[in-house]
Amino acid sequence: MTIRGKAFIVGSYEHPGRRLPDKSVSQIHAEVCIAALKDAGLGLNDVDGLFYTGQLSMGATALSDYMGLNNLKVLDTTMTGGSSPVIHIGHAAMAIATGRCNVALVSLAARPRSERAMRAAPNPEASFEQVFGTNTIAMYALAARRHMYEFGTTSEQLAWVKVAASQHAQHNEHALLRDVVTVEDVVNSRLLSDPLHLLDTCVVTDSGGAIVMANPEVAKSLGRTRVKILGCAEAPKHSNNGKIDLTYTGGRFTGPRAFEEAGVTPKDVKYASIYDSFTITVVETLEDLGFCEKGKGGSFVADGNLISGTGKLPVNTDGGGLCNNHPGMGGMFKILEAVRQMQGTAHPKVQVPNCDIALVHGTGGSLGTRMGSSTVILGQEDA
Amino acid sequence: MAAETSMPTPVPFVQPEVKVFWDATAEGKLLLPKCSDCSALIWFPRPFCPSCGSLNVDWSTQASGKGTIYSYTVNYRGAGDLPEYREPVPYVLAYVELEEGPRIMTNIVECDPASVKIGQAVELVWHDTGEGTALYRFRPATR
Repeated sequence: MTIRGKAFIVGSYEHPGRRLPDKSVSQIHAEVCIAALKDAGLGLNDVDGLFYTGQLSMGATALSDYMGLNNLKVLDTTMTGGSSPVIHIGHAAMAIATGRCNVALVSLAARPRSERAMRAAPNPEASFEQVFGTNTIAMYALAARRHMYEFGTTSEQLAWVKVAASQHAQHNEHALLRDVVTVEDVVNSRLLSDPLHLLDTCVVTDSGGAIVMANPEVAKSLGRTRVKILGCAEAPKHSNNGKIDLTYTGGRFTGPRAFEEAGVTPKDVKYASIYDSFTITVVETLEDLGFCEKGKGGSFVADGNLISGTGKLPVNTDGGGLCNNHPGMGGMFKILEAVRQMQGTAHPKVQVPNCDIALVHGTGGSLGTRMGSSTVILGQEDA
Repeated sequence: MAAETSMPTPVPFVQPEVKVFWDATAEGKLLLPKCSDCSALIWFPRPFCPSCGSLNVDWSTQASGKGTIYSYTVNYRGAGDLPEYREPVPYVLAYVELEEGPRIMTNIVECDPASVKIGQAVELVWHDTGEGTALYRFRPATR
């Protein structure tokens, strides 16, 4: 069976905080979940599905206890890094479609700005990677360098992704970075790990966000049918037993599957939230999803093509992880801006007219080693 | 056998099931585990074959030590994930494609980072960790 049309996003909430040194992760979860439920016109007792990354010890048990969720029928702590909540949409849709639950909470909260470490215990591959001085930026830089080598992608082209994000972020009162930047600003910013500069990287914040999903009957009764799930797909993409290819992401697998389930093509997409941990992440993803040919991502993003109102494909109109919000894991904020665009509640300066099809793509982990990828396509009631 | 270096040489966590690999590094050998059933080389070392699922792994194949650079980055700022890399000088993180096929993560050493290029021929050099293992790194091929 398909999940197409079987679930809706009926409530949503983005925490307005960006620096939260005095709140626990559990507390941020509780605040965003309660607020998202309130947005939907529902309460904690209505919830029978909980989906989050499980970063607390004892995972879903601990959070459901903390939040007093006593009616849970589905728990899921799929953890794939920043793409987790995008994957959770698919999992919740599946659970709802099969009747295993009717109202699901998908939640994200993290505090990397206030805490230092987000790592877990040593994994088997760590001994063959970390000892050589890996860090997040260097590993994405490995992918950027290879993409430049194979396709001639330039630093100036990568810079356009940040430029577009900043053009959008200037309208977002909660964005961490609101200054508009130019290509020159980006390529002249400090080189962190060649070829990535400071302005090629996303912000680090403390924040959270949640959505509420429900079956069609509940959605109709709430008057919330503008954000329908049309297609979902998730996949890992990894080091492939020593045959790693740094020039593509898991979007190569998830894009086509999500589009096929949804029955639409990249040309139908009016707005896209593309995970933007780094500028290179966006370039590779747009290629993999089919918005342009493999290798042409650099020219696709150049010259303002991602800017709402003037570009051909508005991307990350909240300012994205590159300028607005990214607490180590950014998938939720990709979802939230797509929800706003579909509802018509994005900032008027960036709202896409007649936004009837939107795409959300999450990339969690590293382009340099292994990642979890997910694509979700959203439509409206009559889609 | 092991070269002098100012690069950090963190001691790798030795998962017990791949101890044979790390023991061999102390003798200057880069072992390439190979599936006895389908002949696929296995990287990163594991005690089973991720290609066919076999548990029969042969540890007798040794890499020649020759390869080319598949990708690299010069890390100028920002500490590495491990505490030994807290205060880096510029260092080169890279994937080297061994002539046997696997693309393995490593460092490029004994050269000006600005001179490193994709496709460059490199050769194996060992850096002793001081605890019975050595790290496999690469320098420009001396040829």
